[in-house]
Amino acid sequence: METFILAFSKPVWEIVAPSILDTLYMTATATLITAVFGLICGLLLVVTDKDGLRPCRAFNAFFGGITNAVLSLPSMIVIILTLPISKLIIGITYGPKACIIALSVTCIPMFARLIETSLLEVSKGKIEAVKAMGAKDMDIILKVMVPEALPSLIRNFSVTIIALISVTAIAGSFGAGGLGDIAVRYGYQRFRSDILIAAVSTLLVLVEFIQITGAVWSKRILKKRHLI
Amino acid sequence: MSVPFIEFKNVIKTFRQQDKEFPVLKGIDLSIEEGDIFGIIGFSGAGKSTLIRCVNRLEKIDGGSIRVGNYDIENLSPPELNLYKQKIGIIFQQFNLLDSRTVFKNVSFPLEIVNKSKKEIKERVLELLELVDIVDKKDFYPGQLSGGQKQRVGIARALVNNPFVLLSDEATSALDPVSSLAVLDLLKNINKKLGLTIVLITHELDVVKYACNNVAILEEGKIVEKGKVRDIFLNPKSKTANLFININENFLRNDWADKGEGI
Ligand SMILES: Nc1ncnc2c1ncn2[C@@H]1O[C@H](COP(=O)(O)OP(=O)(O)OP(=O)(O)O)[C@@H](O)[C@H]1O
Ligand SMILES: [Mg+2]
Repeated sequence: METFILAFSKPVWEIVAPSILDTLYMTATATLITAVFGLICGLLLVVTDKDGLRPCRAFNAFFGGITNAVLSLPSMIVIILTLPISKLIIGITYGPKACIIALSVTCIPMFARLIETSLLEVSKGKIEAVKAMGAKDMDIILKVMVPEALPSLIRNFSVTIIALISVTAIAGSFGAGGLGDIAVRYGYQRFRSDILIAAVSTLLVLVEFIQITGAVWSKRILKKRHLI
Repeated sequence: MSVPFIEFKNVIKTFRQQDKEFPVLKGIDLSIEEGDIFGIIGFSGAGKSTLIRCVNRLEKIDGGSIRVGNYDIENLSPPELNLYKQKIGIIFQQFNLLDSRTVFKNVSFPLEIVNKSKKEIKERVLELLELVDIVDKKDFYPGQLSGGQKQRVGIARALVNNPFVLLSDEATSALDPVSSLAVLDLLKNINKKLGLTIVLITHELDVVKYACNNVAILEEGKIVEKGKVRDIFLNPKSKTANLFININENFLRNDWADKGEGI
Protein backbone atom coordinates (compact mmCIF):
# COMPACT_ATOMS: atom_id res chain seq x y z
CA MET A 1 0.00 0.00 0.00
CA GLU A 2 2.82 2.30 0.91
CA THR A 3 4.55 1.73 -2.43
CA PHE A 4 1.26 2.35 -4.11
CA ILE A 5 0.96 5.78 -2.49
CA LEU A 6 4.61 6.43 -3.21
CA ALA A 7 3.95 5.66 -6.85
CA PHE A 8 2.03 8.90 -7.11
CA SER A 9 4.60 11.07 -5.39
CA LYS A 10 6.43 13.89 -7.04
CA PRO A 11 9.95 12.43 -7.23
CA VAL A 12 8.63 9.34 -8.92
CA TRP A 13 6.80 11.35 -11.55
CA GLU A 14 9.85 13.47 -12.16
CA ILE A 15 11.42 10.29 -13.46
CA VAL A 16 8.33 8.92 -15.19
CA ALA A 17 6.95 12.09 -16.84
CA PRO A 18 9.68 12.59 -19.47
CA SER A 19 9.35 8.98 -20.51
CA ILE A 20 5.64 9.52 -21.12
CA LEU A 21 6.57 12.09 -23.71
CA ASP A 22 9.01 9.65 -25.27
CA THR A 23 6.34 6.98 -25.46
CA LEU A 24 3.81 9.40 -26.90
CA TYR A 25 6.31 10.62 -29.45
CA MET A 26 7.22 7.09 -30.52
CA THR A 27 3.64 5.92 -30.61
CA ALA A 28 2.36 8.95 -32.51
CA THR A 29 5.05 8.89 -35.16
CA ALA A 30 4.93 5.15 -35.62
CA THR A 31 1.13 5.31 -35.76
CA LEU A 32 1.31 7.78 -38.59
CA ILE A 33 3.75 5.66 -40.56
CA THR A 34 1.85 2.47 -39.80
CA ALA A 35 -1.44 4.05 -40.83
CA VAL A 36 -0.14 5.15 -44.21
CA PHE A 37 1.81 2.03 -45.14
CA GLY A 38 -0.60 -0.36 -43.44
CA LEU A 39 -3.48 1.12 -45.41
CA ILE A 40 -1.56 0.85 -48.66
CA CYS A 41 -0.52 -2.74 -47.92
CA GLY A 42 -4.01 -3.71 -46.77
CA LEU A 43 -5.55 -2.25 -49.92
CA LEU A 44 -3.00 -4.04 -52.08
CA LEU A 45 -3.92 -7.32 -50.41
CA VAL A 46 -7.64 -6.76 -50.95
CA VAL A 47 -7.38 -5.43 -54.49
CA THR A 48 -5.14 -8.25 -55.72
CA ASP A 49 -7.16 -10.97 -53.98
CA LYS A 50 -8.66 -13.56 -56.32
CA ASP A 51 -12.08 -11.96 -55.80
CA GLY A 52 -10.64 -8.44 -55.70
CA LEU A 53 -10.88 -5.55 -58.13
CA ARG A 54 -7.62 -6.49 -59.86
CA PRO A 55 -6.94 -10.12 -59.10
CA CYS A 56 -3.27 -10.98 -59.26
CA ARG A 57 -2.49 -14.35 -57.81
CA ALA A 58 1.29 -14.21 -57.93
CA PHE A 59 1.56 -10.78 -56.34
CA ASN A 60 -1.03 -11.56 -53.69
CA ALA A 61 0.70 -14.78 -52.69
CA PHE A 62 4.11 -13.12 -52.61
CA PHE A 63 2.99 -10.04 -50.75
CA GLY A 64 0.77 -11.99 -48.40
CA GLY A 65 3.72 -14.26 -47.70
CA ILE A 66 5.95 -11.38 -46.71
CA THR A 67 3.19 -9.96 -44.56
CA ASN A 68 2.73 -13.24 -42.76
CA ALA A 69 6.46 -13.70 -42.34
CA VAL A 70 6.94 -10.34 -40.62
CA LEU A 71 3.73 -10.86 -38.67
CA SER A 72 4.96 -14.14 -37.27
CA LEU A 73 8.33 -12.81 -36.13
CA PRO A 74 8.50 -11.89 -32.45
CA SER A 75 8.69 -8.10 -32.17
CA MET A 76 12.01 -8.38 -30.40
CA ILE A 77 13.51 -10.03 -33.47
CA VAL A 78 12.01 -7.39 -35.76
CA ILE A 79 13.58 -4.70 -33.58
CA ILE A 80 16.99 -6.31 -33.84
CA LEU A 81 16.64 -6.87 -37.57
CA THR A 82 15.60 -3.29 -38.27
CA LEU A 83 18.35 -1.64 -36.24
CA PRO A 84 20.67 -1.57 -39.28
CA ILE A 85 17.90 0.12 -41.28
CA SER A 86 17.56 2.75 -38.58
CA LYS A 87 21.30 3.33 -38.76
CA LEU A 88 21.07 3.70 -42.50
CA ILE A 89 18.16 6.13 -42.49
CA ILE A 90 18.53 8.09 -39.25
CA GLY A 91 22.17 7.35 -38.47
CA ILE A 92 21.60 6.10 -34.91
CA THR A 93 20.47 2.82 -33.40
CA TYR A 94 19.27 4.01 -30.01
CA GLY A 95 16.70 6.43 -28.60
CA PRO A 96 13.05 6.98 -29.47
CA LYS A 97 13.70 8.08 -33.04
CA ALA A 98 15.67 5.02 -33.94
CA CYS A 99 13.01 2.61 -32.80
CA ILE A 100 10.22 4.16 -34.84
CA ILE A 101 11.17 2.14 -37.87
CA ALA A 102 11.22 -1.04 -35.80
CA LEU A 103 7.80 -0.19 -34.36
CA SER A 104 6.31 0.53 -37.74
CA VAL A 105 7.73 -2.58 -39.36
CA THR A 106 6.32 -4.67 -36.53
CA CYS A 107 2.83 -3.23 -36.79
CA ILE A 108 2.37 -2.55 -40.51
CA PRO A 109 1.72 -6.21 -41.40
CA MET A 110 -0.73 -6.55 -38.55
CA PHE A 111 -2.59 -3.41 -39.53
CA ALA A 112 -2.56 -4.50 -43.16
CA ARG A 113 -4.21 -7.81 -42.27
CA LEU A 114 -6.76 -6.07 -40.04
CA ILE A 115 -7.60 -3.64 -42.83
CA GLU A 116 -7.95 -6.56 -45.17
CA THR A 117 -10.52 -8.23 -42.89
CA SER A 118 -12.41 -4.97 -42.46
CA LEU A 119 -12.59 -4.30 -46.18
CA LEU A 120 -13.58 -7.87 -47.00
CA GLU A 121 -16.61 -7.38 -44.76
CA VAL A 122 -18.07 -4.96 -47.31
CA SER A 123 -20.68 -7.04 -49.11
CA LYS A 124 -19.88 -8.16 -52.63
CA GLY A 125 -23.32 -6.99 -53.69
CA LYS A 126 -22.56 -3.35 -52.93
CA ILE A 127 -19.32 -3.51 -54.85
CA GLU A 128 -20.99 -5.20 -57.81
CA ALA A 129 -23.74 -2.60 -57.76
CA VAL A 130 -21.27 0.25 -58.22
CA LYS A 131 -19.17 -1.75 -60.67
CA ALA A 132 -22.31 -2.15 -62.73
CA MET A 133 -22.64 1.65 -62.80
CA GLY A 134 -19.25 1.88 -64.45
CA ALA A 135 -17.40 3.12 -61.36
CA LYS A 136 -13.63 3.19 -61.62
CA ASP A 137 -11.54 1.12 -59.22
CA MET A 138 -10.37 4.24 -57.37
CA ASP A 139 -13.97 5.33 -56.81
CA ILE A 140 -14.88 1.87 -55.60
CA ILE A 141 -12.03 1.91 -53.09
CA LEU A 142 -12.37 5.48 -51.86
CA LYS A 143 -16.13 6.03 -52.11
CA VAL A 144 -17.42 2.59 -51.32
CA MET A 145 -15.04 0.17 -49.62
CA VAL A 146 -13.35 2.55 -47.18
CA PRO A 147 -16.47 4.50 -46.11
CA GLU A 148 -18.57 1.35 -45.78
CA ALA A 149 -15.91 -0.33 -43.65
CA LEU A 150 -15.07 2.80 -41.66
CA PRO A 151 -16.45 1.76 -38.25
CA SER A 152 -14.60 -1.53 -38.41
CA LEU A 153 -11.47 0.20 -39.73
CA ILE A 154 -11.48 2.59 -36.79
CA ARG A 155 -11.76 -0.25 -34.30
CA ASN A 156 -8.92 -2.10 -35.91
CA PHE A 157 -6.88 1.08 -36.01
CA SER A 158 -7.20 1.46 -32.27
CA VAL A 159 -6.16 -2.16 -31.81
CA THR A 160 -3.09 -1.39 -33.89
CA ILE A 161 -2.17 1.67 -31.84
CA ILE A 162 -2.46 -0.39 -28.68
CA ALA A 163 -0.16 -3.00 -30.18
CA LEU A 164 2.25 -0.19 -31.03
CA ILE A 165 2.24 1.00 -27.45
CA SER A 166 3.03 -2.46 -26.22
CA VAL A 167 5.87 -2.77 -28.70
CA THR A 168 7.28 0.58 -27.51
CA ALA A 169 7.53 -1.06 -24.11
CA ILE A 170 9.59 -3.89 -25.56
CA ALA A 171 11.64 -1.50 -27.66
CA GLY A 172 12.35 0.31 -24.41
CA SER A 173 14.74 -2.41 -23.38
CA PHE A 174 16.71 -1.82 -26.58
CA GLY A 175 17.49 1.72 -25.62
CA ALA A 176 14.42 3.30 -27.13
CA GLY A 177 13.45 5.02 -23.90
CA GLY A 178 9.85 5.55 -22.92
CA LEU A 179 7.65 4.04 -20.25
CA GLY A 180 8.64 0.46 -20.95
CA ASP A 181 12.27 1.37 -20.54
CA ILE A 182 11.63 3.08 -17.19
CA ALA A 183 9.55 0.16 -15.97
CA VAL A 184 12.30 -2.33 -16.77
CA ARG A 185 15.29 -0.27 -15.66
CA TYR A 186 13.92 1.06 -12.39
CA GLY A 187 11.15 -1.29 -11.54
CA TYR A 188 12.72 -4.56 -12.49
CA GLN A 189 16.45 -4.01 -12.26
CA ARG A 190 16.49 -1.71 -9.20
CA PHE A 191 13.42 -3.03 -7.42
CA ARG A 192 11.70 0.36 -7.46
CA SER A 193 8.13 -0.92 -7.28
CA ASP A 194 6.77 2.62 -6.98
CA ILE A 195 8.21 3.58 -10.34
CA LEU A 196 7.09 0.31 -11.86
CA ILE A 197 3.54 0.95 -10.70
CA ALA A 198 3.61 4.52 -11.97
CA ALA A 199 4.91 3.50 -15.39
CA VAL A 200 2.54 0.59 -15.78
CA SER A 201 -0.54 2.52 -14.68
CA THR A 202 0.33 5.26 -17.17
CA LEU A 203 0.58 2.67 -19.91
CA LEU A 204 -2.75 1.24 -18.84
CA VAL A 205 -4.43 4.63 -18.93
CA LEU A 206 -2.97 5.27 -22.37
CA VAL A 207 -4.20 1.94 -23.72
CA GLU A 208 -7.66 2.34 -22.18
CA PHE A 209 -7.92 5.82 -23.65
CA ILE A 210 -7.12 4.60 -27.15
CA GLN A 211 -9.41 1.62 -26.82
CA ILE A 212 -12.36 3.67 -25.59
CA THR A 213 -11.83 6.43 -28.13
CA GLY A 214 -11.85 3.89 -30.95
CA ALA A 215 -14.90 2.09 -29.66
CA VAL A 216 -16.90 5.27 -29.06
CA TRP A 217 -16.00 6.79 -32.40
CA SER A 218 -16.86 3.65 -34.30
CA LYS A 219 -20.13 3.26 -32.41
CA ARG A 220 -21.07 6.85 -33.11
CA ILE A 221 -20.72 6.27 -36.85
CA LEU A 222 -22.79 3.10 -36.66
CA LYS A 223 -25.45 4.99 -34.73
CA LYS A 224 -25.46 7.79 -37.27
CA ARG A 225 -26.02 5.23 -40.01
CA HIS A 226 -28.67 3.51 -37.90
CA LEU A 227 -26.88 0.21 -38.13
CA ILE A 228 -27.07 -0.39 -34.38
CA MET B 1 -40.77 -6.13 -87.96
CA SER B 2 -38.58 -3.62 -86.21
CA VAL B 3 -35.06 -4.40 -85.11
CA PRO B 4 -35.15 -5.64 -81.50
CA PHE B 5 -33.53 -3.41 -78.92
CA ILE B 6 -31.74 -6.19 -77.07
CA GLU B 7 -30.61 -9.26 -78.91
CA PHE B 8 -28.98 -12.40 -77.53
CA LYS B 9 -27.52 -14.72 -80.12
CA ASN B 10 -26.48 -18.20 -79.02
CA VAL B 11 -25.07 -16.85 -75.75
CA ILE B 12 -22.91 -19.32 -73.90
CA LYS B 13 -21.50 -18.94 -70.43
CA THR B 14 -19.49 -21.60 -68.67
CA PHE B 15 -18.02 -21.28 -65.20
CA ARG B 16 -14.79 -23.07 -64.52
CA GLN B 17 -13.75 -24.22 -61.12
CA GLN B 18 -10.46 -26.03 -60.85
CA ASP B 19 -10.65 -28.42 -63.81
CA LYS B 20 -14.40 -28.80 -63.89
CA GLU B 21 -16.68 -26.91 -66.24
CA PHE B 22 -20.16 -25.79 -65.29
CA PRO B 23 -22.18 -24.71 -68.31
CA VAL B 24 -24.74 -22.20 -67.03
CA LEU B 25 -26.03 -20.54 -70.20
CA LYS B 26 -26.27 -23.04 -73.04
CA GLY B 27 -27.05 -21.06 -76.15
CA ILE B 28 -29.53 -18.32 -75.35
CA ASP B 29 -31.41 -16.73 -78.25
CA LEU B 30 -33.66 -13.89 -77.25
CA SER B 31 -34.96 -10.61 -78.61
CA ILE B 32 -36.40 -7.82 -76.52
CA GLU B 33 -38.25 -4.91 -78.08
CA GLU B 34 -37.68 -1.31 -77.09
CA GLY B 35 -40.12 -0.08 -74.45
CA ASP B 36 -41.14 -3.58 -73.41
CA ILE B 37 -41.37 -4.98 -69.92
CA PHE B 38 -39.83 -8.35 -70.52
CA GLY B 39 -39.88 -11.08 -67.89
CA ILE B 40 -37.41 -13.90 -67.55
CA ILE B 41 -38.71 -16.54 -65.22
CA GLY B 42 -37.07 -19.71 -64.01
CA PHE B 43 -36.37 -21.80 -60.96
CA SER B 44 -33.42 -21.24 -58.70
CA GLY B 45 -30.15 -22.03 -60.42
CA ALA B 46 -31.59 -21.75 -63.93
CA GLY B 47 -29.08 -19.00 -64.73
CA LYS B 48 -31.28 -15.91 -64.55
CA SER B 49 -28.84 -13.80 -62.57
CA THR B 50 -25.99 -14.97 -64.75
CA LEU B 51 -27.89 -13.90 -67.84
CA ILE B 52 -28.48 -10.43 -66.45
CA ARG B 53 -24.90 -10.18 -65.24
CA CYS B 54 -23.80 -10.81 -68.81
CA VAL B 55 -25.94 -7.92 -70.00
CA ASN B 56 -24.30 -5.41 -67.69
CA ARG B 57 -20.96 -7.06 -68.22
CA LEU B 58 -20.27 -8.17 -64.68
CA GLU B 59 -19.58 -11.44 -66.50
CA LYS B 60 -18.00 -11.98 -69.89
CA ILE B 61 -19.72 -14.46 -72.16
CA ASP B 62 -17.85 -17.43 -73.64
CA GLY B 63 -19.71 -17.60 -76.92
CA GLY B 64 -22.35 -15.92 -79.05
CA SER B 65 -23.15 -12.21 -78.85
CA ILE B 66 -25.24 -9.71 -76.98
CA ARG B 67 -26.31 -6.46 -78.57
CA VAL B 68 -27.99 -3.70 -76.58
CA GLY B 69 -29.07 -0.71 -78.65
CA ASN B 70 -26.04 0.13 -80.76
CA TYR B 71 -23.63 -1.58 -78.41
CA ASP B 72 -22.19 -4.90 -79.42
CA ILE B 73 -21.11 -5.41 -75.86
CA GLU B 74 -18.38 -7.97 -76.33
CA ASN B 75 -16.43 -5.64 -78.59
CA LEU B 76 -16.20 -2.45 -76.58
CA SER B 77 -13.02 -0.61 -75.66
CA PRO B 78 -12.63 0.02 -71.91
CA PRO B 79 -13.88 3.63 -72.11
CA GLU B 80 -16.81 2.59 -74.29
CA LEU B 81 -17.58 -0.18 -71.83
CA ASN B 82 -17.69 2.29 -68.95
CA LEU B 83 -20.00 4.52 -70.93
CA TYR B 84 -22.17 1.52 -71.71
CA LYS B 85 -22.37 0.48 -68.06
CA GLN B 86 -23.48 3.96 -67.12
CA LYS B 87 -26.37 3.51 -69.53
CA ILE B 88 -27.59 0.30 -67.87
CA GLY B 89 -29.56 0.64 -64.65
CA ILE B 90 -29.94 -2.31 -62.33
CA ILE B 91 -31.87 -3.03 -59.14
CA PHE B 92 -31.30 -5.98 -56.84
CA GLN B 93 -33.12 -8.22 -54.43
CA GLN B 94 -30.82 -7.08 -51.63
CA PHE B 95 -31.04 -3.42 -52.73
CA ASN B 96 -27.25 -2.96 -52.33
CA LEU B 97 -27.52 0.62 -51.15
CA LEU B 98 -24.47 2.11 -49.47
CA ASP B 99 -25.01 2.30 -45.72
CA SER B 100 -22.44 5.07 -45.42
CA ARG B 101 -24.51 7.41 -47.58
CA THR B 102 -27.84 9.11 -47.16
CA VAL B 103 -30.68 8.48 -49.58
CA PHE B 104 -29.69 11.61 -51.51
CA LYS B 105 -26.04 10.59 -51.62
CA ASN B 106 -26.91 7.08 -52.74
CA VAL B 107 -28.88 8.37 -55.66
CA SER B 108 -26.21 10.91 -56.54
CA PHE B 109 -23.44 8.29 -56.62
CA PRO B 110 -23.74 7.39 -60.32
CA LEU B 111 -23.55 11.10 -61.19
CA GLU B 112 -20.65 11.78 -58.83
CA ILE B 113 -18.49 9.20 -60.52
CA VAL B 114 -18.99 10.84 -63.90
CA ASN B 115 -18.07 14.23 -62.45
CA LYS B 116 -21.35 16.05 -62.92
CA SER B 117 -21.56 19.49 -61.32
CA LYS B 118 -23.06 19.87 -57.84
CA LYS B 119 -25.96 21.88 -59.16
CA GLU B 120 -26.75 19.42 -61.89
CA ILE B 121 -26.57 16.53 -59.42
CA LYS B 122 -28.91 18.21 -56.98
CA GLU B 123 -31.56 18.97 -59.58
CA ARG B 124 -31.46 15.52 -61.10
CA VAL B 125 -31.44 13.65 -57.79
CA LEU B 126 -34.40 15.59 -56.45
CA GLU B 127 -36.26 14.96 -59.68
CA LEU B 128 -35.72 11.22 -59.25
CA LEU B 129 -36.58 11.21 -55.56
CA GLU B 130 -39.80 12.88 -56.52
CA LEU B 131 -40.49 10.29 -59.21
CA VAL B 132 -40.15 7.44 -56.70
CA ASP B 133 -41.91 9.52 -54.06
CA ILE B 134 -39.29 9.53 -51.35
CA VAL B 135 -38.13 13.17 -51.23
CA ASP B 136 -39.09 13.49 -47.57
CA LYS B 137 -36.54 10.83 -46.66
CA LYS B 138 -33.65 12.29 -48.61
CA ASP B 139 -31.44 12.79 -45.56
CA PHE B 140 -32.21 9.38 -44.06
CA TYR B 141 -29.70 6.58 -44.08
CA PRO B 142 -30.68 3.22 -45.63
CA GLY B 143 -30.65 1.80 -42.11
CA GLN B 144 -33.72 3.92 -41.40
CA LEU B 145 -35.78 2.70 -44.34
CA SER B 146 -38.17 -0.18 -44.90
CA GLY B 147 -37.48 -2.69 -47.67
CA GLY B 148 -39.97 -1.07 -50.00
CA GLN B 149 -38.46 2.36 -49.43
CA LYS B 150 -34.96 0.98 -49.98
CA GLN B 151 -36.02 -0.48 -53.29
CA ARG B 152 -37.50 2.83 -54.36
CA VAL B 153 -34.16 4.46 -53.60
CA GLY B 154 -32.54 1.64 -55.59
CA ILE B 155 -34.80 2.46 -58.52
CA ALA B 156 -34.00 6.16 -58.29
CA ARG B 157 -30.30 5.34 -58.25
CA ALA B 158 -30.68 3.06 -61.25
CA LEU B 159 -32.51 5.73 -63.25
CA VAL B 160 -30.55 8.82 -62.30
CA ASN B 161 -28.11 8.52 -65.19
CA ASN B 162 -30.85 8.19 -67.85
CA PRO B 163 -30.27 4.54 -68.68
CA PHE B 164 -31.73 3.02 -71.82
CA VAL B 165 -32.43 -0.27 -70.06
CA LEU B 166 -33.44 -1.11 -66.53
CA LEU B 167 -32.52 -4.58 -65.30
CA SER B 168 -34.25 -5.98 -62.27
CA ASP B 169 -32.90 -9.06 -60.52
CA GLU B 170 -35.61 -10.31 -58.16
CA ALA B 171 -36.25 -6.72 -57.10
CA THR B 172 -39.44 -7.61 -55.26
CA SER B 173 -38.44 -10.96 -53.80
CA ALA B 174 -37.41 -9.58 -50.43
CA LEU B 175 -40.55 -7.46 -50.05
CA ASP B 176 -43.95 -8.10 -48.57
CA PRO B 177 -46.84 -8.37 -51.07
CA VAL B 178 -47.99 -4.78 -50.60
CA SER B 179 -44.53 -3.28 -51.09
CA SER B 180 -43.93 -5.65 -54.00
CA LEU B 181 -47.02 -4.40 -55.72
CA ALA B 182 -46.04 -0.79 -55.08
CA VAL B 183 -42.61 -1.38 -56.59
CA LEU B 184 -44.07 -3.16 -59.62
CA ASP B 185 -46.55 -0.33 -60.10
CA LEU B 186 -43.67 2.11 -59.96
CA LEU B 187 -41.77 0.13 -62.60
CA LYS B 188 -44.82 -0.01 -64.85
CA ASN B 189 -45.34 3.68 -64.38
CA ILE B 190 -41.74 4.45 -65.26
CA ASN B 191 -41.99 2.22 -68.29
CA LYS B 192 -45.02 4.13 -69.50
CA LYS B 193 -43.75 7.58 -68.62
CA LEU B 194 -40.20 7.24 -69.96
CA GLY B 195 -40.69 4.45 -72.47
CA LEU B 196 -37.86 2.67 -70.71
CA THR B 197 -37.15 -0.96 -71.60
CA ILE B 198 -37.27 -3.11 -68.49
CA VAL B 199 -35.93 -6.64 -68.13
CA LEU B 200 -37.41 -8.27 -65.10
CA ILE B 201 -35.98 -11.44 -63.66
CA THR B 202 -38.02 -13.37 -61.19
CA HIS B 203 -39.04 -16.74 -59.87
CA GLU B 204 -42.55 -15.51 -59.09
CA LEU B 205 -45.25 -16.16 -61.61
CA ASP B 206 -47.42 -13.38 -60.20
CA VAL B 207 -44.75 -10.81 -60.90
CA VAL B 208 -44.63 -11.79 -64.56
CA LYS B 209 -48.39 -11.86 -64.86
CA TYR B 210 -48.75 -8.51 -63.21
CA ALA B 211 -45.97 -6.53 -64.80
CA CYS B 212 -44.70 -8.10 -68.02
CA ASN B 213 -45.91 -8.06 -71.61
CA ASN B 214 -43.57 -10.75 -72.84
CA VAL B 215 -41.81 -13.52 -71.05
CA ALA B 216 -39.12 -16.13 -71.58
CA ILE B 217 -38.85 -19.26 -69.51
CA LEU B 218 -35.35 -20.26 -68.56
CA GLU B 219 -34.68 -23.86 -67.66
CA GLU B 220 -31.18 -25.05 -66.86
CA GLY B 221 -29.51 -22.47 -69.03
CA LYS B 222 -31.86 -22.76 -72.00
CA ILE B 223 -34.88 -20.75 -73.07
CA VAL B 224 -37.63 -23.36 -73.34
CA GLU B 225 -40.51 -21.06 -74.18
CA LYS B 226 -41.03 -17.41 -75.01
CA GLY B 227 -43.81 -15.17 -76.13
CA LYS B 228 -46.68 -13.03 -74.86
CA VAL B 229 -47.41 -13.60 -71.19
CA ARG B 230 -51.07 -14.39 -71.92
CA ASP B 231 -50.29 -16.94 -74.59
CA ILE B 232 -47.68 -18.73 -72.53
CA PHE B 233 -49.74 -19.07 -69.43
CA LEU B 234 -53.01 -19.89 -71.15
CA ASN B 235 -51.32 -22.51 -73.23
CA PRO B 236 -48.10 -23.60 -71.53
CA LYS B 237 -46.00 -26.11 -73.42
CA SER B 238 -42.78 -26.49 -71.48
CA LYS B 239 -42.36 -28.53 -68.32
CA THR B 240 -41.22 -25.50 -66.35
CA ALA B 241 -44.15 -23.33 -67.44
CA ASN B 242 -46.59 -26.05 -66.42
CA LEU B 243 -44.82 -26.53 -63.14
CA PHE B 244 -44.95 -22.82 -62.40
CA ILE B 245 -48.66 -22.68 -63.11
CA ASN B 246 -49.45 -25.83 -61.14
CA ILE B 247 -47.46 -24.79 -58.12
CA ASN B 248 -49.07 -21.40 -58.18
CA GLU B 249 -52.58 -22.83 -58.36
CA ASN B 250 -52.08 -25.69 -55.94
CA PHE B 251 -50.44 -23.73 -53.21
CA LEU B 252 -53.62 -22.29 -51.82
CA ARG B 253 -55.80 -25.30 -52.46
CA ASN B 254 -53.44 -27.80 -50.83
CA ASP B 255 -52.91 -25.55 -47.91
CA TRP B 256 -56.64 -25.47 -47.19
CA ALA B 257 -57.03 -29.15 -47.94
CA ASP B 258 -54.27 -29.99 -45.47
CA LYS B 259 -55.92 -28.03 -42.74
CA GLY B 260 -59.31 -29.52 -43.56
CA GLU B 261 -57.97 -33.01 -43.14
CA GLY B 262 -56.49 -32.03 -39.84
CA ILE B 263 -52.94 -33.07 -40.65
N1 LIG C 1 -19.22 -17.21 -60.14
C1 LIG C 1 -19.72 -18.46 -60.30
N2 LIG C 1 -18.88 -19.51 -60.33
C2 LIG C 1 -19.37 -20.77 -60.51
N3 LIG C 1 -20.66 -21.06 -60.67
C3 LIG C 1 -21.54 -20.04 -60.66
C4 LIG C 1 -21.12 -18.70 -60.46
N4 LIG C 1 -22.21 -17.90 -60.48
C5 LIG C 1 -23.25 -18.73 -60.67
N5 LIG C 1 -22.86 -20.01 -60.78
C6 LIG C 1 -23.73 -21.17 -61.00
O1 LIG C 1 -24.57 -20.89 -62.09
C7 LIG C 1 -25.85 -21.45 -61.89
C8 LIG C 1 -26.89 -20.38 -62.13
O2 LIG C 1 -26.76 -19.36 -61.17
P1 LIG C 1 -27.66 -18.05 -61.16
O3 LIG C 1 -27.27 -17.24 -59.99
O4 LIG C 1 -27.59 -17.41 -62.48
O5 LIG C 1 -29.10 -18.69 -60.94
P2 LIG C 1 -30.48 -17.95 -60.75
O6 LIG C 1 -31.37 -18.44 -61.82
O7 LIG C 1 -30.28 -16.49 -60.65
O8 LIG C 1 -30.95 -18.54 -59.37
P3 LIG C 1 -31.72 -17.80 -58.15
O9 LIG C 1 -33.16 -17.77 -58.50
O10 LIG C 1 -31.46 -18.70 -56.99
O11 LIG C 1 -31.13 -16.45 -57.98
C9 LIG C 1 -25.86 -22.00 -60.49
O12 LIG C 1 -25.77 -23.40 -60.58
C10 LIG C 1 -24.65 -21.43 -59.83
O13 LIG C 1 -24.09 -22.34 -58.93
MG1 LIG D 1 -30.43 -15.05 -59.04
